[in-house]
Amino acid sequence: MSAYFVDVGSGVEYRLSAPKEWGYLMKLHEYQSKQVFAKYGIPIPRGRVASTADEARHIAEELGGRVVIKSQVLVGGRGKAGGIRLARTPKEAGELATQVLAMEIKGLPVRKILIDEAVGITKEIYLGITNDRGARRPVMMASSAGGVDIEEVAANTPEKIIKLHIDPLLGLRDYQARDLAVSIDMPREFWRSFGEIAAGLWRVYKENDADLVEINPLVITSDNRLVALDGKMVVDDNAIFRHAEINEMRDLGAEDALEVEARKYGLSYINLDGNVGCMVNGAGLAMATMDIIKLSGGEPANFLDIGGGASSEKVAAALRIILADPKVKAVLFNIFGGITRCDEVARGVLTAIHEVKPKVPMVARLVGTNAEEGLRLLANANMITAETLVDAAQKAVAIAKGA
Amino acid sequence: MTILLDKNSRLLIQGITGHEGLFHTGQMVAYGTNVVAGVTPGKGGEWVLDGKVPVFDTVKTAVDTTGANTSVIFVPARFAPDAMLEAADAGMPLIICITEGIPVQDMMRVCAYLDQKKVRLIGPNCPGLLTPGEAKAGIIPNNISIAGDVGIVSRSGTLTYEVLYALKLRGLGASTCVGIGGDPVNGTNFIDVLELFEADPHTDRVVLIGEIGGTDEEKAAEFIARHMTKPVTAFIAGQAAPPGKRMGHAGAIIEGGAGTAKDKITALQAAGVRVARHPEEIPDLLA
Repeated sequence: MSAYFVDVGSGVEYRLSAPKEWGYLMKLHEYQSKQVFAKYGIPIPRGRVASTADEARHIAEELGGRVVIKSQVLVGGRGKAGGIRLARTPKEAGELATQVLAMEIKGLPVRKILIDEAVGITKEIYLGITNDRGARRPVMMASSAGGVDIEEVAANTPEKIIKLHIDPLLGLRDYQARDLAVSIDMPREFWRSFGEIAAGLWRVYKENDADLVEINPLVITSDNRLVALDGKMVVDDNAIFRHAEINEMRDLGAEDALEVEARKYGLSYINLDGNVGCMVNGAGLAMATMDIIKLSGGEPANFLDIGGGASSEKVAAALRIILADPKVKAVLFNIFGGITRCDEVARGVLTAIHEVKPKVPMVARLVGTNAEEGLRLLANANMITAETLVDAAQKAVAIAKGA
Repeated sequence: MTILLDKNSRLLIQGITGHEGLFHTGQMVAYGTNVVAGVTPGKGGEWVLDGKVPVFDTVKTAVDTTGANTSVIFVPARFAPDAMLEAADAGMPLIICITEGIPVQDMMRVCAYLDQKKVRLIGPNCPGLLTPGEAKAGIIPNNISIAGDVGIVSRSGTLTYEVLYALKLRGLGASTCVGIGGDPVNGTNFIDVLELFEADPHTDRVVLIGEIGGTDEEKAAEFIARHMTKPVTAFIAGQAAPPGKRMGHAGAIIEGGAGTAKDKITALQAAGVRVARHPEEIPDLLA
């Protein structure tokens, strides 16, 4: 499940073969996040999304005056990579749109751009809410030192970032938003507007089951308004069943095709760079199996957790997905039967082998519920077997290297 | 008693008539666990497992009738938060939630409520508890562990089985095995369980199984350095998973630490913990 690989609490994403798209967290593009924010009364700049230079020029004409061209890719550091550009005229907007649409940022092709009206900025503020897993509560954070260097501020002058835990049963209270406004020296004339934005952001977080909502920067404009110039939103995949409208925003085109296929079957699959394909039940054991492959001198081709109690159909789908990756030179099955029955896994493996007729050798280690029956079934399929985890990994790595 | 669970525990299974619930109740009973009741709304009055276990409509009636004091939850993710709250309101002192896939914000609300009630929650998304030779509350396979003096606490599921099995093959047994679950927000953490093991006369040494993500292992390391007299051995899964890119800044601001396997191993080793390179190495480090 998502918790194993994307840790919003620490902000680190354990994607093993970055840069690719995430499979397990529902991450929204900036333009989508801002559309959601706007529904909750948070002021955003006027703007629209485009996927061609022509559209960009038209939008710039509509907006009149200067616009900002913003690449819509699901990684941070877009600005520093040159993916955010200021255009003074519609013509320039078209030219810059062409450039930005041709870019790859951290390996991700830019398919869409957001054209926003340019606003004059007098101050940049940071405002965000996320899960503090240690405290088991949501935490709202604000800083008067918002903008692209907020992480450096956090590292070097953490006192400039004010954190405030929110009782999940009570929600954000008005006084808390006032506390934050005072703590970050927000001028008094903006308190009301800031309070409304903070309350709106809390509702975005709560009502959409977000793991993260962030406005950076929230700016004070030269005409004295508060506006959310940028927006980020990550939604808890486990809660997506009650958020159909968010699920529709999922950018399937930006995700790994095999990972999308795996999700259809309820499999957790992440494509990696190595050549030893793995099928394991349980995320922790799957990670430990990858660790041993690496310790044995090999590299895993994927992370794949078939979950608990997998049916033979699900196992067959998993093996098809592993074998669809041309990098795979050997496949390792490590199944510790509990809820999962080893004979059921073996049947799924045989089904997939029958269909795909793979050329790559396979190593199986089955322990636990119905392991003997499973091994007996697989023995007919000309499969290499192993007793221990280390033995299994070493055999698979040796085969992959020899291949 | 060892910790949390023994042969005197009186178990109630929420979601007992479901596919998973029924199968694992059978396993728990076969293990010798004292399962006194089950709950499935709408099925009160029925009996399951050849008339061995009565089914009730609500946790409250089940507790009133049978004196159940430990609840194990198998209900699907979207109903599991309600099941935990129902158990807490019925006065259940110990709740073990096996269910995976519960939304994080639901868990934050449930934990906030359970804390007020002073209820201990294990999980969710966990394999539950096993006190070998006495009782099982959850889904750990029946025949992979023997009784012994090793206390085990783990964030993982099947990886825990792997460790129990590796210990058994070397003649090493467990006092109690506690699967605390892999979700970002859960009821009981490493420190809670380490504290119990430190005080438990049946536990002489402890195995801690962690994973990448969060900073629970780092906090456990701090606790071990300050408060544990019993030796601790650990394994951290995910060493082959290099941290990638970040999304948003909030996480970095909140915890500072990155939650990588390397950070966790360094912190644990600094606290005097022996850290295994893989699960099958754990028995070597214990011996």
